[in-house]
Amino acid sequence: MYNQTEILKDTSELGTEGELVINMGPQHPATHGVLHLVVTLNGETIKKIEPHLGYIHRSIEKMCESLTYRQFIYVTSRMDYLSSHINNLGCALLIEKGIQIEVPDRAKVIRVILSELTRIASHELWLGAMAMDLGAFTPFFYAFREREMITEIMEDTCGARLTMNYIVPGGLMYDLHPDFQKKVKAFVKQFKAKVTEYEDLVTNNIIFQSRTKGVGILSAEDAISFGCTGPVARASGVSCDIRKIYPYEVYDKVSFNEILDTAGDSFARYMVRVKEMNESIHIIEQLIDNIPDGDFVGKTKNVLKLPKGEFYTRVETARGEFGVFIVSEGGTTPHRIKFRSPGFSNLSALNHMAVGSKIGDLMATMGTLDLVIPDIDR
Amino acid sequence: MMTQDEIKEYIFSIAPTVSFDETGEWLNIIVDATQLKLLMTALRTGKMQMDYLFCLTCVDVKTHLTMVYHLSATTHRQSMVIKANVSREQHSIETLCDIWRTADFLEREVFEMFGVTFLNHPDLRRLILEDDFKGFPLLKDFEDPINMIKL
Amino acid sequence: MYSLEGITKSIQDWLFLKFDPTLALAIECVIVILLAISLFAILGLVLVLMERKVAAHIQIRLGPNRVGPGGMFQTVADTLKLIMKEGLTPDKADKFLFNLAPFVVMMVGMLLLAPIAFAKNFQIWDINIGVLYISSVSSLSVIGILMAGWASNNKYSLLGAMRSGAQIVSYELSAGFAVLTIVVFTGSLQISEIVASQQTGWWLFKGHIPAVISFVLYIIAVTAETNRAPFDLAEAESELTAGFHTEYSGMRFALFFLAEYINIFIVCAIGATLFLGGWMPLHIGQWESFNHLMDYIPSSIWFMGKTFLLIFLIMWFRWTFPRLRVDQLLNLEWKYLLPISLFNLLLATVIAIFGWHF
Repeated sequence: MYNQTEILKDTSELGTEGELVINMGPQHPATHGVLHLVVTLNGETIKKIEPHLGYIHRSIEKMCESLTYRQFIYVTSRMDYLSSHINNLGCALLIEKGIQIEVPDRAKVIRVILSELTRIASHELWLGAMAMDLGAFTPFFYAFREREMITEIMEDTCGARLTMNYIVPGGLMYDLHPDFQKKVKAFVKQFKAKVTEYEDLVTNNIIFQSRTKGVGILSAEDAISFGCTGPVARASGVSCDIRKIYPYEVYDKVSFNEILDTAGDSFARYMVRVKEMNESIHIIEQLIDNIPDGDFVGKTKNVLKLPKGEFYTRVETARGEFGVFIVSEGGTTPHRIKFRSPGFSNLSALNHMAVGSKIGDLMATMGTLDLVIPDIDR
Repeated sequence: MMTQDEIKEYIFSIAPTVSFDETGEWLNIIVDATQLKLLMTALRTGKMQMDYLFCLTCVDVKTHLTMVYHLSATTHRQSMVIKANVSREQHSIETLCDIWRTADFLEREVFEMFGVTFLNHPDLRRLILEDDFKGFPLLKDFEDPINMIKL
Repeated sequence: MYSLEGITKSIQDWLFLKFDPTLALAIECVIVILLAISLFAILGLVLVLMERKVAAHIQIRLGPNRVGPGGMFQTVADTLKLIMKEGLTPDKADKFLFNLAPFVVMMVGMLLLAPIAFAKNFQIWDINIGVLYISSVSSLSVIGILMAGWASNNKYSLLGAMRSGAQIVSYELSAGFAVLTIVVFTGSLQISEIVASQQTGWWLFKGHIPAVISFVLYIIAVTAETNRAPFDLAEAESELTAGFHTEYSGMRFALFFLAEYINIFIVCAIGATLFLGGWMPLHIGQWESFNHLMDYIPSSIWFMGKTFLLIFLIMWFRWTFPRLRVDQLLNLEWKYLLPISLFNLLLATVIAIFGWHF
């Protein structure tokens, strides 16, 4: 017969007196991928969280150094795979800014519509996955019902459901699918009718509210200091929507609200994302009937060369500010490329937000941070 | 809101040895590595209130390494780029994670990818690579014979 | 009229005629054991399929539909798979306790079958302290869970087991008080008498508000006691991977899985017996013809119908609610449910003393 304390000492990093160290991940149902958190516990209370990254690190930044400016765009689809279209858009914008390519209006509008569809799809998946983290399995299927419509629209137009790769420098790879407008309108109608089901199932659920309200609070100062962006920062009252502050494409021509909340807890982050979906629908409604005719791609040279210098663009993905920083030596490939991924900064705030709460709270906090691990590791 | 010249004047008053580069989109400030901490503290706490460090990275320019800090402010939204050169041999620079907490993770990433040592960093360990990894992958002279990246 | 009572009676008469009384009793025991085991197997198959179909319906999908008509043999296929799988025992686990735990949990379920009245005069053991027996035996299942969590040598298992211990011990109180309300009304601990007292109407209707309150309390408490969502903290898939049975695989895991469903069946059967009249048909006041019609439905169907209604209720909970946090779970019990059940018991006692119930 074994002595249990001896076993624990033997097989694990038993911390100091009264501490239990558990490895959450790299395989764990709540980390949604290969995030590895070393959690130090005192009973059920969290004392420290240490993220260990790199399980899906592919060194995309190094890979891009040997890819041409036409090629490297599509590697970014594999970073934040839930907003791959917006990642591609960020890279394309940088190249267009650097070489001064004129993008036709038609391409601009289509890019924005697809960006917003991507944002809704990403938030839908987040909604389902976060509810699942909190133990409710059903919202997942409801969220995926609407998400499926978006992925089908994407499949028609871009040929892919997840990694769209639809953007080329100067415009789009090919024109829209003939059914695009009809299907998007059907989706908008369906979404508006069904969004109340989320309210009934999740938002107004007393258990859900008690699990998320006052949990994982992030103050506005901390959010800025940790470099948090996107819904995480906006739930803390930090205005940081790139679409509003530094409008790109046609975002300055459409009307939409930047959703802000001041509570900074998990419920505020939830509400911000749900309201953001409605804003995205609002943007799509304004644009879907006003897609201009004309070319879908501008005139570009076959071999693109960025002038010598440094370039930076930022776009608003579903998770926050995605930045691309390129140092060019004037050749056909970038000298150095850096992706500022929103998940990386948001993750760094996790320890601060979760210390002192229970394990169950960690799921709510982590769920509402909306971490995508390939985006963090790159 | 300050004009470009006012900013330059203000920065000169803090660190007289800086030089400027205005060819890019934003004002680039090249500062000596020893004066980086002084300048950054002043930018964060002084009248500029640059509270948002949105990108921190390192560039290998073959002769030396350049630390690049992208700063912005959530109040007036003016962005600027601070650069500090570190030599390839003696690659150490002051940490900024007591000014911006996001620098903690970003500096750990630069530490393992470029080998830059951050002085006074509270927890300078590897974040992404495994503990027994040899070399600094994002340096230009890094070659990995097994996992070839170059085409 | 055809009834289970007649069959059991004729078998007993025949046995006592052929053999001497001791041997006859032994043969009866063997028959009962065989019946109990086959009931377990059938319940496992039916309830797992039912759970999956209910879940599928709530989640706007179809559920199992490939194996057999309407997916009816899905659970059979799953069981076959589980039997084929290797039952791993982790290194440095406490092997004896690790292997014993699933059987402890299972045995508790088997013991609880004894006093349940499945139909009119169809009961394994009509012990005169039936309700007390049920409350005391059902609290034993926590030992099996603690054993599993402790012996696995896994931190997730240990955390799950500790949660489960705290949870089951707390919610036992509310469940006990809820049961006690009916005991106060009936004045008896014997299951057959409790059922008989509902001849004129079920306690849920006869017992005024205290009975309704205690019914609600009972359903909440037993949901927690069987570790079902929203109280599935002991398993807490997204937090503790699988809680106390993280390290179990193959048939030993299947035993835990089966025990969960058996426990649900038993608590729902007890709930149906205490509050919904057990095998008693639904009678409404003076509607003679309606009451007469109801009498034609066999008592076993009445019992199973009520039990499965409650089981459906508990499944409905699982697929609708998120999980509670551990401190909220204990707050709910000690700050809300326990005071309410104490007060409710007092109210029920007053009603019973003055004979205000129907």
